[in-house]
Amino acid sequence: MAESRNIAVTVNGKRHEQRVEVRLTLADFLRQQLGLTGTHLGCEHGVCGACTVLLDGQSARSCLMLAVQANEHEIATVEGLAPSPDTLHPLQEAFRDNHGLQCGFCTPGILMTLVEFLRDHPDPTEDEVRVAISGNLCRCTGYQGIVAAALDAAKRMRKGG
Amino acid sequence: MKPPRFHYHDPETVPEVVGLLKTLPNARMLAGGQSLMPMLNMRLVLPDHLIDLNRVEGLSYIRERDGVLEVGAMARQREIEFAASVRERCPLMHEAILQVGHRQTRNRGTLGGSLCQLDPSAELVSVAAALDATVAVAGPKGTREIPFSEFPKTYMTPAIAADELVTGVRFPLWGKPHGWAFVEFARRHGDFAIVSAAALLEEDGAGKIKRASVTLGGVGPAPVRVKELEKALIGETVSEKRLRDACEVCRKIEAMQDVHAPSSYRQHLATVLSRRALEKAHARIGGGRG
Amino acid sequence: MGVIGARVQRLEDPSLLRGNARFVDDIVLPNMLHAAFVRSPHGHAAIRAIEKKAALALSGVHAVLVRDDLVPYMRNERLVVGLPSSSYKQDLNRPALAIGEVVYVGEPVAIVVAEDRYIAEDAAALVEVDYDPLPAVCDCRAALAPGAPVVHRGAPHNLLAEFRMGYGDADAAFAKAAHVFRESLWQHRGGSHSIECRGAVASYDAIEDRLTLWSSTQMPHQAMRQLCDMLGRDENQVRVVTPDVGGGFGPKLVFYPEDVVTALAAMILKRPVKWIEDRREHFVASTQERDQYWECEIAVDRDARILGIRGSIIHDHGAYTARGVNLPHNSAETVPLQYEVPAYSMNVKVALTNKVPVTPVRGAGHPQGTFAMERLLDRVARELELDRAEVRRRNLIPASKMPYTTQLKARGGMPVVLDSGDYPRCQQDALARAGWADFPARRDAARKAGRYLGIGVANFCKGTGRGPFESATVRIGPSGKVHVYSGAAAMGQSTKTMLAQIVAEQLGSDMENVTVTTGDTAAIPLGLGGSNSRQTVTAGSSAHLAALKVREKALKIAGHVLEASERDLEIDGDQIHVKGVPGMKVSLAKIARTVAGTAGYALPGGVAPGLEATECAVIDDMAHANGTAVVEVEVDVETGAVELRKFVVVHDCGRIVHPTIVDGQIIGGTAHGIGNALFEWMGFDENAQPVTTTFADYLLVTATEMPHIEVAHHESPSPLNPLGVKGVGECGVIPVAAAIVSAVEDALSPFGVHIAQAPIFPAQIVAMIEQAHR
Repeated sequence: MAESRNIAVTVNGKRHEQRVEVRLTLADFLRQQLGLTGTHLGCEHGVCGACTVLLDGQSARSCLMLAVQANEHEIATVEGLAPSPDTLHPLQEAFRDNHGLQCGFCTPGILMTLVEFLRDHPDPTEDEVRVAISGNLCRCTGYQGIVAAALDAAKRMRKGG
Repeated sequence: MKPPRFHYHDPETVPEVVGLLKTLPNARMLAGGQSLMPMLNMRLVLPDHLIDLNRVEGLSYIRERDGVLEVGAMARQREIEFAASVRERCPLMHEAILQVGHRQTRNRGTLGGSLCQLDPSAELVSVAAALDATVAVAGPKGTREIPFSEFPKTYMTPAIAADELVTGVRFPLWGKPHGWAFVEFARRHGDFAIVSAAALLEEDGAGKIKRASVTLGGVGPAPVRVKELEKALIGETVSEKRLRDACEVCRKIEAMQDVHAPSSYRQHLATVLSRRALEKAHARIGGGRG
Repeated sequence: MGVIGARVQRLEDPSLLRGNARFVDDIVLPNMLHAAFVRSPHGHAAIRAIEKKAALALSGVHAVLVRDDLVPYMRNERLVVGLPSSSYKQDLNRPALAIGEVVYVGEPVAIVVAEDRYIAEDAAALVEVDYDPLPAVCDCRAALAPGAPVVHRGAPHNLLAEFRMGYGDADAAFAKAAHVFRESLWQHRGGSHSIECRGAVASYDAIEDRLTLWSSTQMPHQAMRQLCDMLGRDENQVRVVTPDVGGGFGPKLVFYPEDVVTALAAMILKRPVKWIEDRREHFVASTQERDQYWECEIAVDRDARILGIRGSIIHDHGAYTARGVNLPHNSAETVPLQYEVPAYSMNVKVALTNKVPVTPVRGAGHPQGTFAMERLLDRVARELELDRAEVRRRNLIPASKMPYTTQLKARGGMPVVLDSGDYPRCQQDALARAGWADFPARRDAARKAGRYLGIGVANFCKGTGRGPFESATVRIGPSGKVHVYSGAAAMGQSTKTMLAQIVAEQLGSDMENVTVTTGDTAAIPLGLGGSNSRQTVTAGSSAHLAALKVREKALKIAGHVLEASERDLEIDGDQIHVKGVPGMKVSLAKIARTVAGTAGYALPGGVAPGLEATECAVIDDMAHANGTAVVEVEVDVETGAVELRKFVVVHDCGRIVHPTIVDGQIIGGTAHGIGNALFEWMGFDENAQPVTTTFADYLLVTATEMPHIEVAHHESPSPLNPLGVKGVGECGVIPVAAAIVSAVEDALSPFGVHIAQAPIFPAQIVAMIEQAHR
């Protein structure tokens, strides 16, 4: 019998009590047990950043955590970003308006990385943005649209957008 | 790439950890997970038991005591990065940690995890060697301290027993004023260094070097304190030519070979980066940022 | 009107941004099982026996299938996919699962199906395969040497194909030339590494007798045809659906063993089966590009005008034909393309090796041909002490000669005709924007400070919109919504937005009233899919023509309903109204319902039923896009590090449908090119073991390595299609390695360094400088 534990994890503000195998990664827990498939797996060895979520407000690679480690912690994923089904977070709007995504597979990881970054650095330079997303791989955009989107989002959020 | 089966333990105290290490065969400790989890996902390691250290109390401290910076094994790299005491009192470590991985990896990665992984290119491992750190270890027989020069046993293997764990590291601090620099050559921002150089310098009133520490990372399986170079600098005034000539000694260090670089290139980088680190450190002695 | 050319919001974005898009691994079906593959750890080995007992004994394992288990269910057990060519000397088609022999590390040997992927991987590790290792061939040149071990046991040798491309009398041109210069080049490109790997979900519905395969593929119709062929089913019994795809870049257009084996597992087990490729599998089992070795010479007159080019290429094909010889064909074809080359001869040998098969990655052989030509031109410039841009200007085909019929033949046999474009003007614009003329002053000032700057230029030209067609149906439904269906495939390049723009331009200009369905073989019967930067030209043209037909019919019916002349009507959103009289209107919904018919009542105006049109516009000739890249670099001569300080691309893809999307394609392609120039190397050891199998060893560029890319556009409409468009998806890649290498060599000119390879790494730059010193 596979070893499992009961865990309680708050995801996007909602508490979930579930039983998980101890070797289940946090990424697979979110995707498979909670059905939150917005967090993606690109490499499963901690380089591509597609699986980035916020753990207690700090960005982390969910493929490098076990679900059991998230017990009694708070997770934020891309599904929790938009305030409502009819509105978008300023970051999402900025990505849309600046062609910050093409295939969209790396996008959730980059959005969550930028949520933390812009919270801690509300008025960044372009170089600072590039360093901030250097742990996220994108194979479509060449990053230029992403950087433009991040700077645009910072401006919107400073204005209270 | 899913982890293999293992038994999971999440102890809350150091004695509990020691007890588990003593009794469980084929056990690995999970700290920040940035090194171990990729290995588990790739099934490069197949532990029967995983001991999660993330709930163990008392291992996350960062404090200064009597000219020594004491950092707990489970202190996150992020905390080290933002600690005012590190920035002010151990600027070498501060400069190094900004080059460790990325925001996401520093949020989870720990000092102890990095030291026990002993990747030849790891910046924190080089810093420990540069500062002649002491590693505190706990085991069934009690605690002991290992000078960092004796900590690496072989390639990526620390000199601790299977039933011991690293609890913290003590970094003797260099007083003010001193010069410091951590420079590395990596292919991309945040990558492990191909070669790194950590330099610390103190000058006397006449502008002559009275103390020097030069550490090369990424060249050999463990960081190399270039004692021959350090000795050559003592009593000398620093000039570009003198540094260039003195750093040539680094070309003789036996160097590794892999997909990223042949050994001759690593030796070449060792001479270049040691010189650049010393130049930068020297410029900072007077209080400049270099 | 005015939707084409506007920066409209993308249809794709809302669900992608919210994280509720549907990629293949997001598909969950009831009772679904999960698969993992057992793969060869050897470059070459015979399989003596396979022992499944331990794997099957594991709790949660449903099946372990090897080739013998699949044979009863397959009509053909080989994937016969090769594009036709008279140059093949051998037919080497992949089996579904290995048949007694493995010929590359990563080749699938067995499929394990279990409750979840974790258990499937546990069980895969317990399958015992008894291998008898055989000599493995790694280097494609060594593969062709006499006495080389054979890649396949039963094969006579390792030459898969050989062809010569050429025209005119090259030998005569060389014999009388004032100057002849020779280059030996090593060119290497790596894998796709789309952030989403491959994957498939197969489900067999016994009641409908239909197999459905959701596949992260660029070519669903091709996949459907392959499945029909291999499984002995007809096209009604197989449906292939492409969900959201996280990047394709070429290797996802290939049909793979895993696709058919996953489908078979689902049919045999009578439960849906999901297989998701992980990154380690992508390194060893997805197709990739690799090595080409070039020996080439250029003959010029005293004025640096090209008299002829000749040479030979040895191309690494891998162990099987997974697509064809199109890649080396493209490389050979590209060399003279944009320049006036009176005589040309290129001999190409396609060599087998014990490595995963080679098929195109974004650029598809064109970067290599471009690199060779641009290196030769740089050589001419250096030897004759002429400005590199001037040598190019003297040889570029001028605009006055467009359309220009080259003496080359495309793979389908049709002549290669350059349809439109002003190459010299493009180069001139790029040089001006990059400050080429002022560069010597910048360089000299930097040298005084001990810094080494260099500048490089490269031109490219590429056939896009490869025919013969792409399908599109435009239909207005009873809801009044405009539906577009196409055989085109979306993989991030905004296909749906492009199609919606083109159709909306004719049918109401409201993107929100248009839905687009791509990648579903049940939605439209014919289709070829995404490759060759083809879809804007082919699918766009078909969609445009279909939309015109629907527009014409809609206006005719509206004219009847409103009792107005069709000339006086316009379509605005989901309404048709009289120009200037918005109140006199009829909805698209009403019109659609009118021609849907009511039993017993005649249709108005004698029109045929329905409001739809299907077009497969046949366009055999390729629309040629072109561009010029100029790069300024700084080389740290002590470490060999290369910094990209300035990057300018001037590009012509004909009429632009969406300026921002086009910029995104150019910049994204440039990132791939930078990777190919400075970072990406797919390494194998002498036993054909891959040695770069993680993202720690295989380096993709991140945001900090990318310079700001300045993009400017020229628009030379193509006369070959009604919209005047050309493709752009691959164009950004093509000139980059050439321009960067040219710039690095320029920076190192004080050392007399000559670079004859791409990629080039810091360690090699340092070694070259040291070598030149001696």
